[in-house]
Amino acid sequence: MSFLDSFFSRKRSDTSSNVARDRLQILLAHEREAQEGGESTLLRTLHAEILEVLARHVSIDEDNVQIKLDRGQKCSKLEIDIQVPQSGLRAQVSTMTPNEDL
Amino acid sequence: MAKIVVVTSGKGGVGKTTTTAALGAALARSGQNVVVVDFDVGLRNLDLIMGVERRVVFDLINVIQDEATLNQALIRDKRCDTLSILPASQTRDKDALTSDGVARVMKELRERFDWILCDSPAGIERGARLAMHHADYAVIVTNPEVSSVRDSDRIIGMLDSQTARAQKGETIEKHLLVTRYDPSRAARGEMLSVEDVVGILSLPLLGVIPESEDVLKASNVGAPVTFASPESAPAIAYFEAVERLEGKDIPVTIPTEKRGLFDRIFKKRGS
Repeated sequence: MSFLDSFFSRKRSDTSSNVARDRLQILLAHEREAQEGGESTLLRTLHAEILEVLARHVSIDEDNVQIKLDRGQKCSKLEIDIQVPQSGLRAQVSTMTPNEDL
Repeated sequence: MAKIVVVTSGKGGVGKTTTTAALGAALARSGQNVVVVDFDVGLRNLDLIMGVERRVVFDLINVIQDEATLNQALIRDKRCDTLSILPASQTRDKDALTSDGVARVMKELRERFDWILCDSPAGIERGARLAMHHADYAVIVTNPEVSSVRDSDRIIGMLDSQTARAQKGETIEKHLLVTRYDPSRAARGEMLSVEDVVGILSLPLLGVIPESEDVLKASNVGAPVTFASPESAPAIAYFEAVERLEGKDIPVTIPTEKRGLFDRIFKKRGS
């Protein structure tokens, strides 16, 4: 009974190697963020400069700009998530009114 | 153009020295001029694995401190005259390894050899940093085991930020070598698979060295496994890794022990 039980209920995700892989993926995601001085400096710089450019056109809260870098084998993915509030968009529209400088 | 390769891992005991010796011997067998350099000051072992421990007179530190010339410190392998070893010092302090000194020795070695293989000490301290600093190419030796994979990830981060190439804005070519691999345990889900390790570390694979008795036997007699038993599974895997190191695009295989039933019965006593 217990043999059949363990035979049939043993899903792939139960193996110790899968536990090892999942633990490593979670741990390394945190450690890469904390330790890679080079990357976090790059991210901080990007964050500051993107905010600076955005601020010229829309009003945005610093916390609403999220930047993430995922390291991959062939290419890395830079993910930039910007939340623009309604009021910010209106501000953008108003700066776009034509003939102001003429 | 000479190529400097660092064999590194972060964690100790995963097979850096075995790998340095095996790759160096395999490269030299094809007629190229190869030197293997031990960076593990105070805990040198490459001399022992290469079987030249009784021929060490001068070492890397002596050359760095101008107490000996490079010619005096280099030991030529008796099995293959295109292979040389530059041993580390067993008695001196690690601080004797200066970055200027290492730079000078590497420059001199570049002029004389086709391949310079640097056997890094374990850890992330000075010795490990200097071993990787001048590298064009890194071989990251990893066991399919959580602590080894974690330490390899840390070392990959250092290779990308602290080497001379990284600091010049150039990239250092990094390849993964999975050692002590047991395909049957991986298939049963008892060991991280090669795919798991490659997926987590995101590096191209240089090779997979199967767990094998031949590695210990080779170290017992002081010979790189690629010299001691060139037909063995780990040696075949190292020869394939060398082809990839030379830039050939060949599929990665995991050689297995070729032992029939009769072999097992009659050759049980070992060789």
